[in-house]
Amino acid sequence: MAEKKLIALEINGRRLEASVPPNQTLLESLRELGYFEVKSGCEKGDCGACAVLVDGEAIDSCLTLTWTVEGRRLTTVAGLGSGEHLHPLQTAFIEHGAIQCGYCTPGLIIAAQSMLDTTPNPNDEDIRLALSGNLCRCTGYTKVFAAVRDAAAVMREGKRSG
Amino acid sequence: MQPRRDGAPETRKTMLADFDLVIPANLTQALQILSEDATRNGHDAMPLAGGTNLLVDIRARRAAPKRLIALGKLDELRGTTIDNGRVIVGGRTTLTDVLRAPRMAEHAPSLVQSARVFGGQMVRNSATVAGNLCYGSPAADTVPPLLSLNAELTLASQAGRRVVPLNDFFLGYKQNVRRHDELVTEITWPLPPSNSANLFYKLARRKGDAITVVGLAVTLVVESGKCSCVRIALGAVAPVIKRALAAEAMLIDQALTPTLIDAAAGQAVEACEPIDDARASAEYRCHGVYVLTRRLLTQAWERLS
Ligand SMILES: Cc1cc2nc3c(=O)[nH]c(=O)nc-3n(C[C@H](O)[C@H](O)[C@H](O)COP(=O)(O)OP(=O)(O)OC[C@H]3O[C@@H](n4cnc5c(N)ncnc54)[C@H](O)[C@@H]3O)c2cc1C
Repeated sequence: MAEKKLIALEINGRRLEASVPPNQTLLESLRELGYFEVKSGCEKGDCGACAVLVDGEAIDSCLTLTWTVEGRRLTTVAGLGSGEHLHPLQTAFIEHGAIQCGYCTPGLIIAAQSMLDTTPNPNDEDIRLALSGNLCRCTGYTKVFAAVRDAAAVMREGKRSG
Repeated sequence: MQPRRDGAPETRKTMLADFDLVIPANLTQALQILSEDATRNGHDAMPLAGGTNLLVDIRARRAAPKRLIALGKLDELRGTTIDNGRVIVGGRTTLTDVLRAPRMAEHAPSLVQSARVFGGQMVRNSATVAGNLCYGSPAADTVPPLLSLNAELTLASQAGRRVVPLNDFFLGYKQNVRRHDELVTEITWPLPPSNSANLFYKLARRKGDAITVVGLAVTLVVESGKCSCVRIALGAVAPVIKRALAAEAMLIDQALTPTLIDAAAGQAVEACEPIDDARASAEYRCHGVYVLTRRLLTQAWERLS
């Protein structure tokens, strides 16, 4: 067995240390640490359920080794808003009913946030290509796209006034 | 480690089999580790870039390296520049980096087109161009564009550097000329001249996050009404991605006509040795090569004449 190492992590603004073996994926570490909003789906990069932000960029946590994100800023969907103050994407997903079973939702919101960071005014093609790595098996993507378009508008407005 | 919030015991099997992980701080250190590994340990270490091939293979028990050398801290290998008339992409540059690089759409239109439809967003944020080349899948999406741009790779080891044309890099299915102590540090190609067109099309079940059925890239340079340079690269239709040399030869020094383009497209099909699989039949792949060769040559010619 390869040796565990104490790794310093910053998750949703909180700093903590965890003892992690070299072959542990970030997905495994986050769920062990209680971040159950990060979902485990295909575990090979196909479904996007495990997506988290690393320094603001969405990655699949199942294809990331925890040791390699030491010192980087990690954000899960729960770190985007709080129970009282939802993030515009979270509000828009609820308002559009862009959720059925909800398993893909954390990854979809993370992927959308990552895209909006660099593409604040996306067209439909931008949205499609940004979310093509997130699979929803309940329903479809129409409401998801509508929610992302709406949230983008709210976020642009927020930037202008804020 | 904190106790789990749900109090469940930690009995779950780990996703990935056991391996050791080294995270060198810079290129010099990385090359030293690889060199020691090659001499002492019978090269059981593998470089880890984005992990989007390697970790999937380890997870599926298709690969079992004893040690991974993570390249994540090698910032000196990340990014794109122009030097001496050549575009240079560092060996740690991701697909997203390529999409964000200023003016890349002029310097490598086909590569940018392939990066747009490469995997999904999360994969593009992690996956590197060098990893795509080194893994050497016959469906690798950056290979036809880079072949059509006449790209070269720089392979570095402690012993020195060598430059290998991408055309000579692949030896067979997932086989290439890289030695175990070498890293790809740069991918370069000449800046395309203004009288050139460079196009790529990915034929797949859908636009994003799908394995390529046919990937086709074309470069055309037209001087005084004739083709002074033609490159046609065929992806996902043979064990190794390659150029359709006989089809190219038919077009050089010619003014293109629909008849000539049609004949060259037919010739390109002759270069294919496709497989039948769940994504497409061999026959469909050949037809795809015919249609796409014709379409991209026509588009390129119309743009330039
Ligand atoms: C969901 C999903 C979708 C995908 N979609 C696509 C797609 O649309 N098109 C496509 O072409 N591929 C696709 N892939 C495959 C993969 O993402 C690419 O091949 C990617 O470019 C690999 O790069 P990486 O940095 O992740 O490589 P890694 O997995 O880290 O490494 C791959 C191989 O290259 C070696 N290596 C990496 N960097 C270097 C270096 N600098 N020097 C020497 N050796 C090196 C490694 O040792 C390993 O053998 C997909 C994968 C997944 C999981």
